Amino acid sequence: MARAYTPKVVTANALIEGDVVYLTADDIWSRNHAEAELIEDEAHAQLRLLKADRQRDRVVGAYLADARPGPNGPEPIHFREAFRTRGPSNYAHGKQEAGNV
Amino acid sequence: MYNYTEFDTAYVASRNAQFRKQVERRISGALTEDEFRPLRLMNGLYLQLHAYMLRVAIPYGTLRSDQMRQLAMIADRWDKGYGHFTTRQNIQYNWPKLSDVPDILDALGEVQMHAIQTSGNTIRNVTADHFAGAAADEIEDPRPTAELVRQWSTDHPEFQFLPRKFKIGVSGAAHDRAVTKSHDIGLRIVRGGNGVTGYEVLVGGGLGRTPMVGQVIRPFLKKEDLLPYLEAIVSTYNTMGRRDNKYKARIKITVFENGMEKFRDAVDARFEEIKRDWTGVNAELLAHIEQSFLPPAFRNAPEDGYEIARKADPVFRAWTDTNLTEHRQPGYAIVTVSLKAHGATPGDATSAQMRLLADLADKFGHGELRISHEQNVVLPHVHKSDLWALHGSLKTEGLATANFGLVSDIIACPGMDYCALATARSIPVAQEIATHFQKLGLEEDIGELKIKISGCINACGHHHVGHIGILGLDRAGVENYQITLGGDHTENMVVGERAGPGFAYDEIVPAIERLLRAYLDVREDVSETFIDAYRRLGPAPFKAALYPDEAARDAA
Repeated sequence: MARAYTPKVVTANALIEGDVVYLTADDIWSRNHAEAELIEDEAHAQLRLLKADRQRDRVVGAYLADARPGPNGPEPIHFREAFRTRGPSNYAHGKQEAGNV
Repeated sequence: MYNYTEFDTAYVASRNAQFRKQVERRISGALTEDEFRPLRLMNGLYLQLHAYMLRVAIPYGTLRSDQMRQLAMIADRWDKGYGHFTTRQNIQYNWPKLSDVPDILDALGEVQMHAIQTSGNTIRNVTADHFAGAAADEIEDPRPTAELVRQWSTDHPEFQFLPRKFKIGVSGAAHDRAVTKSHDIGLRIVRGGNGVTGYEVLVGGGLGRTPMVGQVIRPFLKKEDLLPYLEAIVSTYNTMGRRDNKYKARIKITVFENGMEKFRDAVDARFEEIKRDWTGVNAELLAHIEQSFLPPAFRNAPEDGYEIARKADPVFRAWTDTNLTEHRQPGYAIVTVSLKAHGATPGDATSAQMRLLADLADKFGHGELRISHEQNVVLPHVHKSDLWALHGSLKTEGLATANFGLVSDIIACPGMDYCALATARSIPVAQEIATHFQKLGLEEDIGELKIKISGCINACGHHHVGHIGILGLDRAGVENYQITLGGDHTENMVVGERAGPGFAYDEIVPAIERLLRAYLDVREDVSETFIDAYRRLGPAPFKAALYPDEAARDAA
């Protein structure tokens, strides 16, 4: 039996600020992980990543990150992705400062 | 201190103008990220986890007060009011916007600073002993040599695409404070049999995933041969070094795989070739540069009130006991200003702290500042009669922590709080160790200790050469911390030994406490430091403290 596909979100960094962004279902780059499109199909994920890669005047380094459904939207699985949703732990900078967490 | 020539100024300005256009083309979409990335890296601009990061070179760790003030201005105007001083004597800004970076580079250019070659597979910022020009044990100031190497290596056409990055460190004292043995090339100024100074040249040192101690490739190199010889080493590495595997591309692997003898022979052959045609102005230029590093006009004054203040104020006394180092000039001291207040991020300085340090350097320290690879700031020349006033001023910005060389004076890389390469966090571990031992009140009792923390195998936090090294890893999606013991960063460099299995994030501080309590139990007396006790007893008692369950099992 094929292994179940771990759902993904498309994530990247914004071109100007470098802030972490997520691709939503309606093709907007959101700064909030919970607003990301949770992609449960591998072929669809590749298409969405291609779409992200073409937006080189807006984002940098798009990739697919593992995620899971949560009560308020997709949640990160790996701790690295969890840190990316928040910002650093030594100061309330980044998304903590901007009110995106 | 060295001042830019017209040539230097024009070069930096032209590079900044080029980069401004490159940024414009990136933002317009004319350049892809793949095209832009090598261009931004050549100018020290990284993309990290949450933002861009700009790494600015502080050549051989030396700063003038006006430069420090400009770094503060940049932090306020284009960043978040602080900067991070690194183990390679650079300063990193963690939050610049891409569109602001050209302005930041111009602002740096105004004070003769830049971010060129702070990244990429080139010769990086040249580092040196942070007590250069001040230390009592110094044979010769290493900074003129470091400046000569900086000029030679900057934009060197042959060495812009080396197999991998290349680091050169210079020391001019008996005690090696510049970690020369962990550099691709280490230069140690030594006195030859006839009393003339030259260089002991080390090659092939490095930390990272394959830590190696640099070996002597030439015990004594004449000063006038420095540049042709360096050129021969780097040129030999450029052709012999591996480009098929990033992890085997550093010169330490080239030397290891070929053997020192073969590598040395190749360097010597190349050296003969280069020397024959060398038209470089090595000796004259070095003599000229040396004029920029003459000692300041030291005062011949009584040490008024210094001992009286020490007797009267225990806080001042504690600070003078830990944070001063012997100066070559009678009546003077070298002051290490700790950027490791308990609970603070190692190496971070706010703009207010930077401005205060610049003012104090002007008032008490001949306008000079140094950045140490241990992520502290040094005021190299302070007359002892000024120490009391200096200490009082440092207190106003939280800069008077008396912990230089103690358990809370921790080297920590940015780790996964900032770095895209990191596999775990470093900063919170450093913060917790510092506050924990302060709470226990054991810091003074434990005494001299080097804890060094890296958030990945690349070892920016020098964990291999810490008396206690901590390496943060990702073990099956969870942060995990490995401890190494017995490392030494000095002229007697030793790579620490891995103690055993790693510890979870919430287990690492208790593990360090068990380790240090074991040290307090086994030391002969208070004069025996942690590393001395480790050398005397070996790892057994320390491993037993780290892994009590195993120790109990073995005993049963």
